[in-house]
Amino acid sequence: MTSVVVLDYGSGNLRSAQRALERVGADVTVTNDVDAAMNADGLVVPGVGAFAACMAGIRAVGGDTIIDRRLSGGRPVLGICVGMQVLFGLGVEHGARVEGLGQWPGTVERLHADVLPHMGWNTIRVPEGSRLLADVAGERFYFVHSYAVRSWDMVTEDPRMAAPLVTWTHHGEDFVSAVENGALTATQFHPEKSGDAGAVVLRNWVSSLD
Amino acid sequence: MSVAIRVIPCLDVDAGRVVKGINFVDLRDAGDPVELATAYGLAGADELVFLDITASSSDRATTYDVVRRTAETVFIPLTVGGGVREVADFDRLLRAGADKVSVNTAAIHDPTLLSDAAERFGSQCVVLSVDARRCPEGVSTPSGFEVTTHGGRRSTGIDAIDWAVEGARRGAGEILLNSMDADGTESGYDLPLIELVRREVTVPLIASGGAGRIGDFAPAVGAGADAVLAASVFHFGTLSIAEVKGELAEAGYPVR
Repeated sequence: MTSVVVLDYGSGNLRSAQRALERVGADVTVTNDVDAAMNADGLVVPGVGAFAACMAGIRAVGGDTIIDRRLSGGRPVLGICVGMQVLFGLGVEHGARVEGLGQWPGTVERLHADVLPHMGWNTIRVPEGSRLLADVAGERFYFVHSYAVRSWDMVTEDPRMAAPLVTWTHHGEDFVSAVENGALTATQFHPEKSGDAGAVVLRNWVSSLD
Repeated sequence: MSVAIRVIPCLDVDAGRVVKGINFVDLRDAGDPVELATAYGLAGADELVFLDITASSSDRATTYDVVRRTAETVFIPLTVGGGVREVADFDRLLRAGADKVSVNTAAIHDPTLLSDAAERFGSQCVVLSVDARRCPEGVSTPSGFEVTTHGGRRSTGIDAIDWAVEGARRGAGEILLNSMDADGTESGYDLPLIELVRREVTVPLIASGGAGRIGDFAPAVGAGADAVLAASVFHFGTLSIAEVKGELAEAGYPVR
């Protein structure tokens, strides 16, 4: 059975993530134990609330090192919502600039939209070849956030490297709603709260862990 | 494409049981909130609201169990309200599996509850529930609408629009706007109230109170609601979630 650790650093509704992953057949542990997080087939980094608080929480349990080490070894990591945002270089909230984990270049900023938070079910524009978002054409996913990455700044020049697959969503303006980049995967939406469509996405990810 | 208009059934839960008539599907136990929540999830509800109307605090523990069991089986967002008094209540409900917590009376008594909860858990899970009505004789507010407590029975004299604005400023990520005038009438949502609040707040707005016929929903969205909430029309099977979504789509609004 594929083992998944949901990183527990004091953020949000971890039980939902756990149950949704179990529903698609993963053996899930919610913990901040370093060995467990290092050794699981997949690591999920959840996150709700403020960027700065999530970064502080992740660092407090050594999550930054865990994520770094896993990725150096090509071991899969999935960031969800603010758990995706912290993977970027910088978060700007309420004028404060907070350093992220820097796995990808880019800045998490407040969206320009009439109504914020962006709350509810929205569509996604999936790039060709996406494995994570296979079989969910036309489906909507549940979002709840006010901040997002509004441009994709990573330059992939090395022809030996596969270019990251970037999925976009529109709310007031375009923003990055998912990224697939080798072992590192992330969604701005909440697959664990996106009903059956979300289950397909989680199943796609879990089945890629073998 | 844009974010879909949410259609949200609201369940009144008393000591772990759904109260008010429920007869829209063949359930083994029509009073079990978890079973009903599951049925609504399958029927295409975009979100669920549990309103805990339990009077005694000793029975409130049952609510946590209901929330826990619902979060185990229903994979759409769940808002829980009723009896929320302090930040610790947010914590307990979120830990039990709620995605959002709505607060009403306690925030009126102490508005810092909104900012404290938003700071600790994020605005996205703080819902300010506003029970508004047209000012009765002897009460006057700038907008003509006041906030009530105790299910519309007690006047506060606070301007409903100002309160929604202040709530959002203090960190509420969403306003659940209940019209006490329209509630129970099944004669349509309170469109002037929705318009007034929409003009002043930029957080998502859930319209509540007054839904009775299929034609009631699109006008609420036209007035500025991002989501429409209803209870009895869904519970009694007068309308299905799919019918409401069909009507909204017909009116040109995006639905899931």
